Amino acid sequence: MLETAIVFATACFGGALLLTLWRLVRGPGACDRILALDTLYLNVAALVVLHGIATRGAWQFEVALLIAVLGFIGTVATARFIERGDIVH
Amino acid sequence: MSAPLEALSAIMICTGGLFALFGALGLARFPDLLTRLHGPSKATTLGIGGVLLGSVLVGGESLREVLIALFVVLTTPVSALCIARAARAIGEAR
Repeated sequence: MLETAIVFATACFGGALLLTLWRLVRGPGACDRILALDTLYLNVAALVVLHGIATRGAWQFEVALLIAVLGFIGTVATARFIERGDIVH
Repeated sequence: MSAPLEALSAIMICTGGLFALFGALGLARFPDLLTRLHGPSKATTLGIGGVLLGSVLVGGESLREVLIALFVVLTTPVSALCIARAARAIGEAR
């Protein structure tokens, strides 16, 4: 039962990645693309966690935590750069 | 591992996947930037939270999962706020 749930959730996250990628390519402005990248790294972190559940591994959770931290820093830095033109002032 | 716990974990994982899919659908289909901010900042947070809760129920590395869930819940509103401020600063959102 758990394996079926993991396959289903992986398919859902794959569809979410495709929809987000469509917004990333098409998005009319820069802020839409930042938002799409934000969603993209969250979905990838969830996919890594799903792989960790499926293989009963331990290192996948550290990878997911690193992806979440670095993605948050990247999102905030890019939004700051668009807002005021520099990151560190 | 007991069977009811595994069933509950499977339900949580499926719910998380559906929430993430609907969040991405909102990101792709909503008409405006400020409405598009709602999809990822709430539904995708619930999605990854459901997957992490399912992982905790099935018995994994509990501390790291709680840490990831806490970090995502704390940082997603901050990044949404930064994106909204940037959009207002460059005139993409009215």
